[in-house]
Amino acid sequence: MKSLLLLSALLLVIGVLMQPLGAREILIFENPEQEMRYQSLVRELRCTVCQNESLFDSNAPLAIDLRNQIYGMVKEGAEREQVVDYMVSRYGEFVLYRPRMSPLTYALWFGPIILLIIALGALFWVLRSRSRDKTAQTHNAATLTPEEQQRLDRLLAGKD
Amino acid sequence: MRLRFVWPLLAFVVLVALLWVGLSLNPREIPSPLIGQPAPAFSLPELHDPEKQVSHTDLLGEPVLLNVFASWCVSCRHEHGVLVELDKYGIPIYGLNYRDTRDDALRYLRAAGEDPYTAIAFDERGLVGIDWGVYATPETFLLDSQGIIRYKHIGPISPQIARDTIIPLYHQLLAEEVPSS
Repeated sequence: MKSLLLLSALLLVIGVLMQPLGAREILIFENPEQEMRYQSLVRELRCTVCQNESLFDSNAPLAIDLRNQIYGMVKEGAEREQVVDYMVSRYGEFVLYRPRMSPLTYALWFGPIILLIIALGALFWVLRSRSRDKTAQTHNAATLTPEEQQRLDRLLAGKD
Repeated sequence: MRLRFVWPLLAFVVLVALLWVGLSLNPREIPSPLIGQPAPAFSLPELHDPEKQVSHTDLLGEPVLLNVFASWCVSCRHEHGVLVELDKYGIPIYGLNYRDTRDDALRYLRAAGEDPYTAIAFDERGLVGIDWGVYATPETFLLDSQGIIRYKHIGPISPQIARDTIIPLYHQLLAEEVPSS
């Protein structure tokens, strides 16, 4: 048991150490804005080879090429939108980790909010109907028939 | 009162339907934004003959296939035989040798036997590949006579895909060509 624990701890450490370090190119920019633009772009664009990684995380040859391409574009003064358009016109909307707002993506953007509203509405409805049941029950219990009332009076008076 | 039991069942059925469709899609197949667009411009040296240039204008005039391949791409070997058959069938095939070295690519073609390509553009650095949205070799584009990309296949072409999709589409493009000329 103890050795198993030790082994899993060791594997965890190895796993952490083997995390990819992401983009390793040494890049020199003209100004900090360009660097910021580059850094945010490579994190927001998906690598199409290894689909759950951004260009920044990926070590695929294509990701390296695309990072170089984006670096070149940013260094030549390309705006954020230009780089995004460049990527989308080649690889499609799929490369955007932050999808654009369009009729195609409305379900993606608003779906969760709509589902939340539906869920809250259902919860409210269930709670209200349940509490209505309960008040009806307590109300029934509180009203006594005349015979019951008489009996209660007698009981309270201690005659029975 | 009955509805109380119907709603969760209904929600479950909808969820199952969504998962059924969602999980049967192949996440590797990303629809290309280039379908219906003119082929991206390029001009590259020919693989066999570096003195010659291959460019997008060579693809004009008749429906053609453009096949992206590389010597390091294992599944390219699998589809090579199908390409040879498509060439024999009469479909012109242009090659885009992607991120490769000339020696490796020539050796690969020699080892594969027959060369189905009319001409091969040598894209050593993969920059033309980026313009074409290439992300997984092999990829095959079908262009009409105007040089518009009409179909893209990602992954090796199986004999079934060649027979059921590429050849019928090729004939459709050939038929389109007649009234305009």
